[in-house]
Amino acid sequence: MGAPQGAASRKGAFNVQGEERLKTIADRVLRFATADQTEVLVEVEDGQLTRFAANEIHQNVSETNVTVRVRAVIDRQVGVAAGNDISEDGLRKVVDSAETVARFQQADPDFRSLPKPRPSRSANAYAEATAGCAPEVRARGVASILEPCRESGLEAAGVFSTGVQETMIVNSLGVNAYHARTVAHAMAVVMGEDSSGYAAETATNVDELDVEAVGSAAIEKAVRGRNPSEIAPGEYTVILEEDAVADMLFTLGYLGLGALAVQEGRSFLCNRFGERITGETITIWDDGLDPRGLVLPIDFEGMPKQRVMLIENGVARAAVYDSYTAGREPGKTNTGHALPSPNTFGPIPINLFLAPGDATKESMLADTKRGIWVTRFHYTNPVHPVKAILTGMTRDGTFLIENGEITRPLKNLRFTQGILEAFANADAIGSELKRVKFDWEALGSCAPAMRIDGFRFTGTTEF
Amino acid sequence: MREFTDRALNLAEVEGATYADIRIVRREEQTITVKNGVVQELALDDTRGFGVRVIADGAWGFASSHRLSNEEVDRVTALAVTIAKASALAKTHDVDLGPPEAHQGTYRTPVEIDPFGVPLDDKVSLLLAADKEACAVEGIRLVESNLAFFRETKTFASSEGSFIEQEITESGLGIEATAVAEGEMQRRSYPNSVGRQQGTGGFEYIKTWDLPGNARRIAEEAVALLSAPQCPSDVTTIILDGPQLGLQIHESCGHPIELDRVFGTEAAFAGTSFLTPEKLGTLQYGSEHVHLVADSVTPTGLGTYGYDDEGVPARKTDIVRDGLFVGYLTSRETATKLRGIHPEAPERSNGTMRADGWNRIPIIRMPNVSLLPGTWTLDDLIADTDDGIYMLTNKSWSIDDKRLNFQFGTELAYEIKNGRLGRMLRNATYTGMTPAFWGGCDAICGADHWRVWGTPNCGKGQPGQVAHTGHGAAPARFRNVQVGLMA
Repeated sequence: MGAPQGAASRKGAFNVQGEERLKTIADRVLRFATADQTEVLVEVEDGQLTRFAANEIHQNVSETNVTVRVRAVIDRQVGVAAGNDISEDGLRKVVDSAETVARFQQADPDFRSLPKPRPSRSANAYAEATAGCAPEVRARGVASILEPCRESGLEAAGVFSTGVQETMIVNSLGVNAYHARTVAHAMAVVMGEDSSGYAAETATNVDELDVEAVGSAAIEKAVRGRNPSEIAPGEYTVILEEDAVADMLFTLGYLGLGALAVQEGRSFLCNRFGERITGETITIWDDGLDPRGLVLPIDFEGMPKQRVMLIENGVARAAVYDSYTAGREPGKTNTGHALPSPNTFGPIPINLFLAPGDATKESMLADTKRGIWVTRFHYTNPVHPVKAILTGMTRDGTFLIENGEITRPLKNLRFTQGILEAFANADAIGSELKRVKFDWEALGSCAPAMRIDGFRFTGTTEF
Repeated sequence: MREFTDRALNLAEVEGATYADIRIVRREEQTITVKNGVVQELALDDTRGFGVRVIADGAWGFASSHRLSNEEVDRVTALAVTIAKASALAKTHDVDLGPPEAHQGTYRTPVEIDPFGVPLDDKVSLLLAADKEACAVEGIRLVESNLAFFRETKTFASSEGSFIEQEITESGLGIEATAVAEGEMQRRSYPNSVGRQQGTGGFEYIKTWDLPGNARRIAEEAVALLSAPQCPSDVTTIILDGPQLGLQIHESCGHPIELDRVFGTEAAFAGTSFLTPEKLGTLQYGSEHVHLVADSVTPTGLGTYGYDDEGVPARKTDIVRDGLFVGYLTSRETATKLRGIHPEAPERSNGTMRADGWNRIPIIRMPNVSLLPGTWTLDDLIADTDDGIYMLTNKSWSIDDKRLNFQFGTELAYEIKNGRLGRMLRNATYTGMTPAFWGGCDAICGADHWRVWGTPNCGKGQPGQVAHTGHGAAPARFRNVQVGLMA
């Protein structure tokens, strides 16, 4: 499923391993195994990242890695071991370690079984142009951002990355799933003496990235943000651009949209299924196959990802499940949202969508008498997880709106705000979804811009 | 190993590099997690690989691989040089590392009891005993405890003549108890939050913390917090305990003194710093009580090592002396650049470049950034406070991208009235601006209260890197702080 065409013939050229080779590795592991059940997760990372700052490339890196993770089950006792030595001895050692720790375990009464095979849909998320992108191509792309910055007396920082990720999962019950994907990402923060601007794009195919346009958008924001003034904290109407909405959406996902969070009572969904928990205009789902996002059709147990409606017209509908959480709750099915084992955090949705509305950012602006335009947030963190209250700063383009126009740049503000409450106060939602990639993982959300009344700012800073 | 490192360094030179280094790294990690009486996680990871860093045509290149073979070291080294030459297409100046660093040496974390040699049964039994104590408290919904052991063995060699071998061993532990009511969740942790307390050392480090002996207490506190009043909104005096103060130091001092941030190289992700070079030696960062140091030599510190990942030996650096900002965390390249601005600045790096494994380049990371102890006892400090709030153990954190405006939440808080602890308060938060906050520090507890707190989850860089940092702190008092901001 999802194998890059002709992967085997390219082996070595782009460091793409291909389904056949990874299956061979996984099958060798299974042959060594003596546990009641065994799962093998093989992950391949071949990534390149060109990083720039102060108008030059200062970090330019490449990584090739293959990690083999084995989950051994012996009478409901589960042990996990991992390594990246794929020699015969190395693989045997990983199996031995997993089985050794499984034998030291106590039985977990909630563990039912590793998952059994399920039919899955393939999804193409692989582009040869991305897999084979040369350092010179990234350097030229970066140069297209840097040159206009130098000419304008601005400073640019950011990344241009390309990479291949391959995932192979087999288990002793017959699961056999493979997916390869490529991700290309360009991001720029452009800084003036007292201002900054941000823009980013993510694509499967590096040829679809308009790196120069990313730079231009960040430059425009930085120029427009010069000479910012302070504004007092308080409640304001805000227009949040897509990156800011995606930040809140991702936070909702890991705080409370996973089954284990619900089962352990730490989710805002607890005892509220079927109830309205946010605004009627808010519909949120997870879909690993929608090409508008970062496609990942299988989870880390090799299960096909299902499209799960989480919040529909403001009403809490469901959480996402893996085999463990589905097995411990009667009547629930595995939705294919497992993270790599072991994890005590449980399944989470990593391909979130928030339904678009019918507004444009221009129409939202024109209809706003007084408010604040927010490009993105910085360092957000939950203050109260069950109430989904979040704090963070605005960053890289915060502006005052007066009588339907952006009138002046503002110094950044701190917000402390319940996400569900904010979404309940959304009176306009953008008609376009933006694919937003997060920095720490290959996680992607698709979010629209949003206008929200009564958004609570609780502090200011000096820039 | 020398054959392998020599091969890379020689080939880099042949390919056109003017500088090269190679790190060969092996990491072993063991994690054990018990949740509500069941061992939920028992994992062993063992990974290895190497990374080659070069300067060619005056610019940086780096490539890495998990395959430790002659063929692969040739491919990766050549790739690193190719990447460096591509970097040079967009350079504004040639990289200047300053004076050469050539060191031969070894370093090994002092370990009394090899944590990987302790039987798994003993480790699981320790966690189950703590779990049982916490689970016995009525009203507790969830108890999670863990042990984590980490060993990194690395060889560093450079074209300047360094050859260094190190073995860093860390041990960590933690327990969290969670109580849940309708629309409310309260959690208490010991010894530290966000997973665990971690330090360099062997299993003897685990024994210095009495996990089972503290489990019932934190569980009772979590249950009590459910019915505690909300922390009021006010401007008042606060006393922070060691773990919370450790994170305050990390966020508002440790990050802004990273000289790579100051020069903008982290601008796109983590941000920059308000501590710009003209402030060195002139900015009153805090009150006269505030003395901050950075070191990689304090025993058990999570930022303790022998050499950094540029091969620079461990050392101690003054950061804030009598409240005055006097020092940065530096690399070879940034130290050289700083001397172009401040000729009196040290010629050499203070050894803070670290990489998150073989597949990442070294960047400036905090070693142990610590607030030196004062003279107070905690009892006397509370008795000396007429009106305020005592806040314990971090719960949430956020700070702007220049490290000025921050907001923290703590798991637990108590009113202080007329020199005595009063009611328990829940959902306590405080917020402020970094220099004003440290300017309000008027008392710090003494060495008996001082410990090195570990932060094993410090994120920075693209691609992302996680560092393990240490922060020595004793409880301290701060005046005129805004507390209790929550929607």
